[in-house]
Amino acid sequence: MHMSHLAPSSDSSAAQAPILSLDKITKSFPGVKALDGVDLHLYPGEVTALIGENGAGKSTVVKTLTGIYQPDGGRIIMDGQPVHFLAPQDAADAGVTAIHQETVLFDELTVAENVFIGHAPKTRFGLIDTKAMHLRTAEILTLIGANIDAGVKLKDLGIASRHLVAIARALSIEARVVIMDEPTAALSQTEIEELYELVDTLKAQGKAILFISHKFDEIFRIADRYTVFRDGQFVGDGKIADVQESDLVQMMVGRAVEQLFPKRHAEIGAEVLKVVGYSHPTEFEDINFTLRQGEILGFYGLVGAGRSEFMQSLIGITRPSKGAARIDDKVRVIRSPADAIKAGIVYVPEDRGKQGAILDMPIFQNVTLPSLNKTSRDGFLRLAEEFALAREYTERLDLRAASLDTNVGALSGGNQQKVVIAKWLATQPRVIILDEPTKGIDIGSKAAVHDFMSELASQGLSVIMVSSEIPEVLGMSDRVIVMREGRMVAELEGAELSPETLVRHAVGIQVEGDAA
Amino acid sequence: MSYLKSREAILFGAIGCLLLVVATRFPGFVAPQNLVAVFTDTSPLMILAVGQMAVILTRCIDLSVAANLALTGMVCAMINVAAPDLPVAVILAVSIAMGAMLGAINGILVWKLSIPPIVVTLGTMTIFRGIIFLLTEGKWINAHEMSPHFTGFPRADILGMSVLGWIAVVVSVVMIVAMSRTSLGRSIYAVGGNPHAAVYTGIDVGKTQFAAFVISGMLAGLTGYLWVARYSVAYVDIAGGFELDVVAACVIGGVSIAGGAGTVAGTLLGALFLGVVKNALPVVDISPFWQLAISGAAIIIAVAFNAQSGRSKGRVILKSAEHAQ
Amino acid sequence: MSLVENAPRHIPDRLRHPLQEKLVRWESLLLAVAVAIFILNSLASPYFLNAWNLSDATFNFTEKAMIAFAMALLIISGEIDLSVAAIIALASTAMGVAMEMGAGTPALVLVGLTTGLMCGAFNGALVTKLGLPSIVVTIGTMSLFRGISYIVLGDGAFRGYPSSFSWFGQGYVFWVISVELVIFAILAVVFGVLLHKTNFGRMVYAIGNNPTGALFSGVRVDRVKMTLFLLTGLMSGLAAVCLTSRLGSTRPSIASGMELEIVTMVVLGGVNILGGSGSIPGVVIAAFVMGLVTFGLGLLNVPGIVMSIFIGLLLIGVIALPRLWAMWRNNAR
Repeated sequence: MHMSHLAPSSDSSAAQAPILSLDKITKSFPGVKALDGVDLHLYPGEVTALIGENGAGKSTVVKTLTGIYQPDGGRIIMDGQPVHFLAPQDAADAGVTAIHQETVLFDELTVAENVFIGHAPKTRFGLIDTKAMHLRTAEILTLIGANIDAGVKLKDLGIASRHLVAIARALSIEARVVIMDEPTAALSQTEIEELYELVDTLKAQGKAILFISHKFDEIFRIADRYTVFRDGQFVGDGKIADVQESDLVQMMVGRAVEQLFPKRHAEIGAEVLKVVGYSHPTEFEDINFTLRQGEILGFYGLVGAGRSEFMQSLIGITRPSKGAARIDDKVRVIRSPADAIKAGIVYVPEDRGKQGAILDMPIFQNVTLPSLNKTSRDGFLRLAEEFALAREYTERLDLRAASLDTNVGALSGGNQQKVVIAKWLATQPRVIILDEPTKGIDIGSKAAVHDFMSELASQGLSVIMVSSEIPEVLGMSDRVIVMREGRMVAELEGAELSPETLVRHAVGIQVEGDAA
Repeated sequence: MSYLKSREAILFGAIGCLLLVVATRFPGFVAPQNLVAVFTDTSPLMILAVGQMAVILTRCIDLSVAANLALTGMVCAMINVAAPDLPVAVILAVSIAMGAMLGAINGILVWKLSIPPIVVTLGTMTIFRGIIFLLTEGKWINAHEMSPHFTGFPRADILGMSVLGWIAVVVSVVMIVAMSRTSLGRSIYAVGGNPHAAVYTGIDVGKTQFAAFVISGMLAGLTGYLWVARYSVAYVDIAGGFELDVVAACVIGGVSIAGGAGTVAGTLLGALFLGVVKNALPVVDISPFWQLAISGAAIIIAVAFNAQSGRSKGRVILKSAEHAQ
Repeated sequence: MSLVENAPRHIPDRLRHPLQEKLVRWESLLLAVAVAIFILNSLASPYFLNAWNLSDATFNFTEKAMIAFAMALLIISGEIDLSVAAIIALASTAMGVAMEMGAGTPALVLVGLTTGLMCGAFNGALVTKLGLPSIVVTIGTMSLFRGISYIVLGDGAFRGYPSSFSWFGQGYVFWVISVELVIFAILAVVFGVLLHKTNFGRMVYAIGNNPTGALFSGVRVDRVKMTLFLLTGLMSGLAAVCLTSRLGSTRPSIASGMELEIVTMVVLGGVNILGGSGSIPGVVIAAFVMGLVTFGLGLLNVPGIVMSIFIGLLLIGVIALPRLWAMWRNNAR
């Protein structure tokens, strides 16, 4: 772990051989070619950024590198020798470790146990040497500047501290290759800075780092090299110093970005929804806004700012502690999504697989589920009417599917999202809330969703769009509300809207730290 | 402060209160000798419960423990009838090996075929009992057919407590060490706590569940011999329905049915709680027919309690709320 | 692959659906098994092909199947009720108490059904209001309900039900068609329609496949689950009426272990124990299969406990065999 030599300068690294390479790796799942002959090279003492849209194959690469998946074709080469990671343990033994998107560890185990699970030091009786384990954990935690007690249970730690525990774990197995899968997604600004320093430490120790991120600023801040994937295919790689942000974007999306947001002009009409003083004990506080007919209202903020929590409260998943929602100037009490549907507010959730669609049920049954009383008589199903309703709305969204009784789970992400939106439109709502509507879907579907959103607004529907993508927020919204730490911090319109103002409000002027 | 709120402390207090209440009317109940007798009487439940705990921690359940106990116990008794001079050590080894094998059958079905544990063990529960019938054609093996050293072993007295009680103590100590200080023990917690992450850390979820079933089976087999020897009788229905008491002890002891959370100490106290109730009922002149209903009510109360304390706090977004917690 | 520019493409309503095909195959397989057992039985015993004997055979499954229909819906929704046999005991005990107090047949039936309904409400409230896992809750109430029977009865029994009460378990509508068989047939149709033809049934499937998704789609998940527990309780109460009437007495050990046979029947009928899929026709055929097996083995003088081995093997086998087959096929490729 304590390797003495410093990071080689980036000039000399060109001559260096990669520690680990993927050579024409292919991986297919039923109906999808997740990876189609991709290459990737990781060099000692360097950070390689893996860039690509959702669905480009990044997480499949991570799973292949860590032994969760076995490739169908191609080779994994380590130090010039082909290797096979048949199980996660093989990858760990070879010195490849991953710090995952959501720090997935074990709540009921202590920090030290989390760090050392699978490779704990043993006493001569073969029992876990708790003392040595705690000592070494404390060492590693000090090394990364984390002030965490090795003996506390993980469930008693905050999210940032958990992340540090995951990093400590990566260090404990003396890894040579460290994979960081969107490591900053849940961190505050100070924590992110600390993470960058840590990455520099790892580089100095000669480790090869694969850094997966959506944020261009951080890619340019810490990466030495980049590799771009698109739709499971290798698009290009090179040195960060040699490219501009726009080049990378071009490679990622395969087309110019401007085309993506076909905002049309919509007639903004009377007030439809008015939210007054909505609060929740732990998640959000004092949310006030109005929404007019034909308007698209953007909700911007960092991940974890409380936007989804507020929206879910608005449709009755959780109860607010105080506050009221008025629709068409009448107070509506919404205790469940069923009430919300009656009141004309519907919510297209971010988590499509869990909250949005019922993947193992056919398309038409998904579409009609919230509208069953429309398609049935006296509680009895009428299939012809169900198919008619499902057809009407899926065709409006230009759904691509083999048949309407195909299971939703068999569709691509973009088509799944179309089914979910069709399902909600079929209830003929007044207000539709779209939570990260284009997350994880391909570019084509993304454009279709944006186009459709505009069309809805122009037909007089009021839209609330929760999004963390600045271009999307700026391109689609008439007005934007920024949330931070559960509170509304800004309401911006027209000329006030710029990427800088959005970020400034979302992050807060004062950079705040989380003492864990 | 968190120690005072822990399940162990609450159960310890509850058992203390129970003893105190009984003692006010029947001081003899809390005499050391009687307490040892209660402990011994609860030993089979304690041994089975710590095995069941391992299984429940991995998000499974083993409803076949009592049937395993009965089958292994019957086989031990039949071996004793066939070879009366076989030393107890051999019988113990046979009982543990056979129990482990029956547990392994459950484990392999869960591991290799991914059949839901409840289905597997509901099935093997009836199959094991049925096999006893096939072996014996429904006949009993009674005390006079068993050799004295076979029946005497669990009842033998060491330092004022019977061997049965001491075995429970040894099993408890071994399980405490195994669960907290071995890789398998920690893996069992990890698999139940977060199976997804367990895979990423190189733990084989199915194999760990298999191991838990083998542990549970081993202890059930061991208890099988001890049970048959202690009561000096073996027949198809011994320990009928006992699996429910075992699950009850775990749930009362704070083992979460969702897996990953629970301690050996809690489980032992859960078993002791049921044991004290069972032994106290006749003393305070309540019909033993109340016992079933009481343990049912205890399960429901305990699981409700578990759910309240284990309820996820959710993400705290508001800074002010975070400090208030 | 730009999709936006293309004209909308027509999507057909249905193709031949692989999943549906599989379900159909499961039920036809089961039907074939039932026919095979029927033929084997008639070859093995000369007493089998007799209208009255066959009529007797139906008593092996009618009471269990009443509960199995409701249990099938409950399991499809992702819950389970292991307390059903204990509900029978408690409902039967309640009827016994009512009888001792001089209740007539209509009152007895009412007491039986109400007790079942109340037990179901208790289970349902614990699961939906407190959010507890149904498997532990019903293991608990299994002890509690039967425990109450034991408290009331001890090692005694209730006997001497009015003679008109025996109609439910011993009466015949005409010739060899028993009252229980008619109740079974009516319930099969009612539950079949409820699950496969109504909004309620659709919601049951939705909840079983994805409870969160169903909730977000405006399904009142807790209300549906509560209804299912109530239905299961009510059917247990009805089974208690029939069983008590047939036996003519109540002991606290009545129907013990029956929950296992009911769950087996449901799983054998093709219902996924993890929820989300299954059908009532499957359960109906499974009921016949189990009834025929039990009766056939009975004619061959095989004792009850050995039959339970068979049922245990059946329970594991119906899930294990398709998986073994799939593994074997994958390895062969």
